[in-house]
Amino acid sequence: MPGSIDVNVGNESALDGNARADRASSQASNSVAKPSLRWNPTIRVAVFVACLLPLMILVRAVATNSLGPDPAEHLMHVTGEWVMRFLVLVLLATPLAHNGWPRLARYRRMLGLYVWFYATLHLLVFAQVYIGWSGEQLVEELAERPYVLVGFLAWLILVPLGITSAHTIRRKMGRHWRQLHKLTYAVAVLGWLHLLWLSRSDVGDAVVYGTLFGVLLVCRLPLPKPKVRL
Amino acid sequence: MSKNDWKTVPQIASSEITPESVWLNRRNLMKAAAVGAGITAVGETIAQPKALKDLNFTTATDDTPFKATEDLTPYEAATTYNNFYEFGTDKSDPARYAGAMTTDPWEIKVGGMVNKPGKLHLEDVLSGFDLEERIYRFRCVEAWSMVVPWIGFPLSKLLDRFEPKAEGKFIEFKTLYRRSEMRGTRSFTSIIDWPYREGLRIDEAMNPLTLMTVGLYGKTLPNQSGAPLRLIVPWKYGFKNIKSIVEINVTDRQPKTSWQDLAPQEYGFYANVNPEVSHPRWSQAWERRLPSSLFNPNRVRTKMFNGYAEQVADLYKGMDLARFY
Repeated sequence: MPGSIDVNVGNESALDGNARADRASSQASNSVAKPSLRWNPTIRVAVFVACLLPLMILVRAVATNSLGPDPAEHLMHVTGEWVMRFLVLVLLATPLAHNGWPRLARYRRMLGLYVWFYATLHLLVFAQVYIGWSGEQLVEELAERPYVLVGFLAWLILVPLGITSAHTIRRKMGRHWRQLHKLTYAVAVLGWLHLLWLSRSDVGDAVVYGTLFGVLLVCRLPLPKPKVRL
Repeated sequence: MSKNDWKTVPQIASSEITPESVWLNRRNLMKAAAVGAGITAVGETIAQPKALKDLNFTTATDDTPFKATEDLTPYEAATTYNNFYEFGTDKSDPARYAGAMTTDPWEIKVGGMVNKPGKLHLEDVLSGFDLEERIYRFRCVEAWSMVVPWIGFPLSKLLDRFEPKAEGKFIEFKTLYRRSEMRGTRSFTSIIDWPYREGLRIDEAMNPLTLMTVGLYGKTLPNQSGAPLRLIVPWKYGFKNIKSIVEINVTDRQPKTSWQDLAPQEYGFYANVNPEVSHPRWSQAWERRLPSSLFNPNRVRTKMFNGYAEQVADLYKGMDLARFY
């Protein structure tokens, strides 16, 4: 059914699916120019490096000791913000591909892995500056502070998603892979709760990300099959 | 002084430390640069360097609670990392914008339940009391801490001059509220009901540790540190240490304080440093002793009453400190 939009693609999980996204886009744009959909290694490397920039800026700031006398809060804030930003990009990829802009979807696997990467950095900074690698304190934080608990849960979910994003594993998992990767939506919800519960006097960020995630999740709900074929 | 200089300084007499001149030099350079560039017209966005005066004071005796033995927090860190929401909510805002505040002339109104209500002028404060240096630990409710050589005199000496009446049970303090000089108070998103208010019970106010503070590191306070006169109550969280005081009232009822007003479930009237009672969103059991860095977070255990339990625990005998936080 060339040119039709496969509604199932709308429920596709987030961490991978380049091939599927490519197919959706080629169909949506009625394109026959297959070579343009091949990976462009130069752009791929550029995107990879661009995604590392936030880390490089932080490393430079730490190395030059320019974060002031109390860098803890800044490091937590910046790493956490980038987790949320990459999550937005990951969730944006598929809807954009459906609407004729497949480029972002090609990097969805990479962006998803960056979600995991910055979330891990966020957790490492927490362990280093807030609890000093104490298991006892981690347990106390998880038990007493719900925002720490939901943040930690979100990170735990990212672990299997990250591991199964390897192509070989994905192939072996077959349809179970998509089922598993729908957990990305849970990560978004938990990440948002985390942000909401730690807001002090300003809930601005929580409102912004709540709106973005809300739109991106609602647009994935199954719609009645369109009667009119393009 | 470059930002690389945030190293913990060894324990030496603060009079031997003169980073402030370096700091002033830098400020002057900045000012000169600003003049050169012809941008002085932007006014308050450039903090006007204020000449800090040397103070005459006696130093505290060793082995007393008036002289903490921990390493001092460097001047640069203590005066560039501040909470003073009248000038913005970012830690660097006070150092950047508090220069706009006029601190001379300055008048402090003392009233309420006193026999001799009246006013104090800055000159009376600086020359009318014997100044002492007190090296205190300073613990912010946000779980960071410093060690600072303050200069001041016991609040009790100030109150004695105005003769509080027997029915006076609390002291209320107010910070200057001058919108034209305080950009933070003009912010649309600010939810604090200015002026900033704080309070103490009268026995807390009369405790010898409670210091009316006019200086730090041997000189008068820079504006971001609460010039020209602020409170230091070392066993309480930082927000109790109200800055740039213009009014002191003796009252018979517990005063409404700014943070308690804003978030009563998070900030209490007492605000005693207490590792057992967590803030709803973070633990108070540990603190980052500044300067802190990623690879040396410098986490230390928070002590009950910030280590001043021997001097103040009696004030709270029989009170449930989890309830009266």
